[in-house]
Amino acid sequence: MSSDIKAIPEAAVPARLEWHVARVLDVLNETPRARTLVLDVPQWPGHRAGQHVDVRLVAEDGYQAQRSYSIASPPEDRTVSLTVERLDDGEVSPYLVDELRRGDGLEIRGPIGGYFVWDVAVGGPLLLVAGGSGIVPLMAMLRRRARADASARAAVPVRVLYSARTPDDAIYRAELEQLTDPPLVEVAFTFTRSAPPTWTGYRRRIDRTMLESVIWPPSAGPHAFVCGPTVLVESVASLLVELGHAASRVRTERFGPTG
Amino acid sequence: MAHEPFIARGFRPRSSRMVDARRLPPGQYETNDFPVLSAGPTPRTPLARWDFTIRDADGRSVRWSWDEFQTLPRDTPTVDIHCVTKWSKFGTKWEGVSVDALIAAAQSRGVASGPFVRAFCDGGYTTNLPLIDVTGGKAWVAFGYEGAALPPEHGGPARLLVPHLYFWKSAKWVRGLQFAPNDNPGFWEQLGYHNHGDPWHEQRYQGDP
Repeated sequence: MSSDIKAIPEAAVPARLEWHVARVLDVLNETPRARTLVLDVPQWPGHRAGQHVDVRLVAEDGYQAQRSYSIASPPEDRTVSLTVERLDDGEVSPYLVDELRRGDGLEIRGPIGGYFVWDVAVGGPLLLVAGGSGIVPLMAMLRRRARADASARAAVPVRVLYSARTPDDAIYRAELEQLTDPPLVEVAFTFTRSAPPTWTGYRRRIDRTMLESVIWPPSAGPHAFVCGPTVLVESVASLLVELGHAASRVRTERFGPTG
Repeated sequence: MAHEPFIARGFRPRSSRMVDARRLPPGQYETNDFPVLSAGPTPRTPLARWDFTIRDADGRSVRWSWDEFQTLPRDTPTVDIHCVTKWSKFGTKWEGVSVDALIAAAQSRGVASGPFVRAFCDGGYTTNLPLIDVTGGKAWVAFGYEGAALPPEHGGPARLLVPHLYFWKSAKWVRGLQFAPNDNPGFWEQLGYHNHGDPWHEQRYQGDP
């Protein structure tokens, strides 16, 4: 392979990521199956867009469960937001989506992950492709970009392709539509299960034709971030390489079917 | 831990949980799926261009083509695997060549061993391991999974298999091992993950015990 992934070494060795009891400040309904938890995290060291946290739940009998969730909020927010989608046979996500409420505590540690990250200094163009709740870490990048100054925003045009089952399942749909600002910010949805008759956009799984008509050409040199279920990520990442994008410019995060 | 655990209000484990706790490292859960995790696109190297190299610190090396590699003695380990993203999978069945056999063959052809190895891979991924973690029947270069060729998304044609450490140490698309006198962090080890990665001591991230 001519293209390599390269680690960007951290300047300093981070201290241990300690568990902290975050406080749930607010709970926002995003879709019938997804909620955003707005957390006040003591001693939060800050994060980069794209990173995630570990959540730990301990039951009365001492049993504990841990999972990882992407951070949805941009680094400049004073709170940390996690958007969680309920997996019906899951153990942690049903608790976070259905049971947890304002005022509760929640053990978390982080931030975690140093590769699937973006900041203004990395530059653009940005190509963000998401399936389902894979939009969450990409939303942190979009929000980071939206809070940058005008010249930084102009330097980072972005194209988003988001695959969801139905319009109601598309997380942050209103915010994504509101962020749309062609030609600087272009957002395309595809709905794979159903959409109203009035919907004139895509109604199928992401394929080569769709990618070619929506995304940046390789000559634009975009930084691509692809996040979602394994099948989508495998397919999209392979297609991007086939279309001529350098493998080193395609960063992926895959969600297993567990929760 | 000195701290009292924080009890999550209203959190009840699933009543259907029937996990052999002694097989499950702390913070892990059992899955029957085989999730795919990797940092970039899946590399696809044709077998005709695939080879496996063991190289020492002075640049001496031994190289096997795919066909040569297939003539080496095989093991069929059945092992539990543990991913740092919390899932564990029990009783996975692999086929491959033990790292002991590869190193012995390399040493018989003049390659000098060293206290550390770095696995290198198609796509540029690397991971670092002490020699003692890949010798003594603890590690393989695996090309078969559950009776079939190892699929590309799971690291095929061949991946390292070091089941007693978190699975990022079991480098996908592995193409060789480099002996080294020093321990130099690999890809994830430079990005905040633990240098050693023992799941039984929950060595997930830098700074963990």
